[in-house]
Amino acid sequence: MTADGPTPAGGAPAPSAGRRPGSAARERGSSGFGRYLFKHVSGAAVSLLLVLFSSFFIFRLIAGDPIDQLTKERPVSPEERAALRAELGLDRPMWQQFWDYITGTLTMDLGDSFQYRRPIFDLIVERLPATILLSGTGMVLAVLLGFWIGTRSGWKQGSRFDRGHVATGLLLYSAPTFWLGMIVILVFARYLGLFPVNGMRSPSTPPEFWPQALDIAHHLVLPVLTYTAVVYAGYLMIMRSSILDEIGNDYLTTARAKGLRDDQVRDRHAVPNALLPTVTLVFLAIGGVVNGSIVTETVFSWPGLGSLFVQAIFYPDRPVLQALFVLFSASTILAVLAAEVLYWFIDPRIRKS
Amino acid sequence: MTLLEFRDVHVTYTGSRGRIPAVRGVDLKVEAGTTVGIAGESGCGKSTLAMAVLRLLPKSAEVRGEILLDGEDLLRMGWGRLRAVRWTGASIVFQGAMHSLNAVQRIGRQVAEPMLVHDKDLSPAAAAKRAEGLLERVGLPPSRTRSYPHELSGGQRQRVMIAMALACDPDLIIADEATTALDVMVQAQVLQLISGLVSERGVGMVMISHDLSVLSAVCDTAAVMYAGRIVEQGPAHEVFAQARHPYSAALGAAFPVIGDPAARLRPGGLAGDPPDPARLPEGCSFRPRCAVSVERCGEESPELLRIEGARSSACFVAQEGEPVVIG
Repeated sequence: MTADGPTPAGGAPAPSAGRRPGSAARERGSSGFGRYLFKHVSGAAVSLLLVLFSSFFIFRLIAGDPIDQLTKERPVSPEERAALRAELGLDRPMWQQFWDYITGTLTMDLGDSFQYRRPIFDLIVERLPATILLSGTGMVLAVLLGFWIGTRSGWKQGSRFDRGHVATGLLLYSAPTFWLGMIVILVFARYLGLFPVNGMRSPSTPPEFWPQALDIAHHLVLPVLTYTAVVYAGYLMIMRSSILDEIGNDYLTTARAKGLRDDQVRDRHAVPNALLPTVTLVFLAIGGVVNGSIVTETVFSWPGLGSLFVQAIFYPDRPVLQALFVLFSASTILAVLAAEVLYWFIDPRIRKS
Repeated sequence: MTLLEFRDVHVTYTGSRGRIPAVRGVDLKVEAGTTVGIAGESGCGKSTLAMAVLRLLPKSAEVRGEILLDGEDLLRMGWGRLRAVRWTGASIVFQGAMHSLNAVQRIGRQVAEPMLVHDKDLSPAAAAKRAEGLLERVGLPPSRTRSYPHELSGGQRQRVMIAMALACDPDLIIADEATTALDVMVQAQVLQLISGLVSERGVGMVMISHDLSVLSAVCDTAAVMYAGRIVEQGPAHEVFAQARHPYSAALGAAFPVIGDPAARLRPGGLAGDPPDPARLPEGCSFRPRCAVSVERCGEESPELLRIEGARSSACFVAQEGEPVVIG
């Protein structure tokens, strides 16, 4: 759920059907793309339904009676409890609550938050831009940086560049996000005083567009730095091993024999082949932009979905948890689906003539 | 005119098992407009020799001697000059065309790529046009430029490799097991295409194969390699018809003759394996598998010496004028 990035050991999902000869062969049917699309769309639909169902039950199982939690440390009469229960719709039978939940979620009516007493849909719409700004920027930087370094690292395996970058990347990767975030705050905000410590904007900033944009950018630097530093090594290691898989291949000897420079052999021939198995990963990253980085948002008090999720856990705000669980899962499932569809167009081996 | 000349070329790989000599002192000349065949078992060093020409061997390989292309030593060239010579001076038709082509690039782009690399003034459109022309020459429809390698059959891919090798009008073409993976009918087509190119364009050709029937059909001269050395050399049809080295004789006998019932009963092939290049036997490296060896073979290694006309052999028995086949 809190997909902060791929694991360097290759723990990320297998690079999809693209490289498996078996499944490629199965797609060789009469209406190739139609069947391919149907297979993957139906798979995604089943996953989405499972997420929808399990979200309803998981949070009812792990969190106890919400009325107890909402009224704790306060003396309340049984009448008040019953009134609260009725107000939150918890007095109705389970099957009816389930039905309301399913139909509500499918029509974008996610119910009200216990904590804010407002529609959850509005809360999500309000906080989504902040999350997309932070983890979107961080993700793009991490993927670009990781792939750039990973390509060069793998191409010159064992060189000083390779050893240095792998060591640095893994050190940052294994650092706990909250710890790294605090170091970053200490150094850049406390001692050097270069950047604000938390939040997304300062109250004193003029309301015009440019001052606001600059202020947000100023607040964005440290969280993005932290997020990128923790995540990029995963992309580095995966691109590196993907390049290493290509290095012994004959088509690179052909390219060299043709008189291409070493960097041309790498960029024109090795990289396009090495990128193929990483497409799923990049789409997972895009899907992960929505759930963002829960820890980074918390450390920097960033007003996004991640900190909303953490608040909802502590409250506990069951409808919000339920809705975010579905949202986070759906974004990942849809991103993987998009990757599968894209493979059809970029990997010529999937669609057989 | 001598196009390509190997002068005392040695290739040594350094690996976990120490230094392994793969090629041990090869001298060979290729004249323009002729085809030279190199035959031998797997591991005899023939592909290593081919890859050494354009310096495509891995870093672990050390190449000594001289490889002259048009009089210019390839082994002492700067990288810039070497890149300029690659594909324009000499090109290679690689074995295993499936893996030698980039799977995610269209055929046309791969054929046109060397033209654009070597001719900065050439427009991509003109290069694409020329790529179509090359495919037509090897008998593929020009529309195939838009195909990906997996969309072609093995024979078509091999023809793409040949078209690609012609892209920059090289003086020398090295065909490394270019037809080995093809079925016989396609092989015949490809061989015809190759020999046509040599005769009409006057290019030099080095043809590497373990298939003697292929070599004798196409080559003017043939060299037989064993354990990193040339053991016999001469006009191709003579070498294969009447071997002057017991190894060439065994190589020839290993191929069945269609329609000859006696061939089925004759003991063909050769007992034992080629020697481990890390631990070569003392004296002649073929001695452990040789039926006609004499005492001297265990003491010194025979040089490749001219025995008669254009034929040379590295066998003491043949050099004495004795037959190399028993019976």
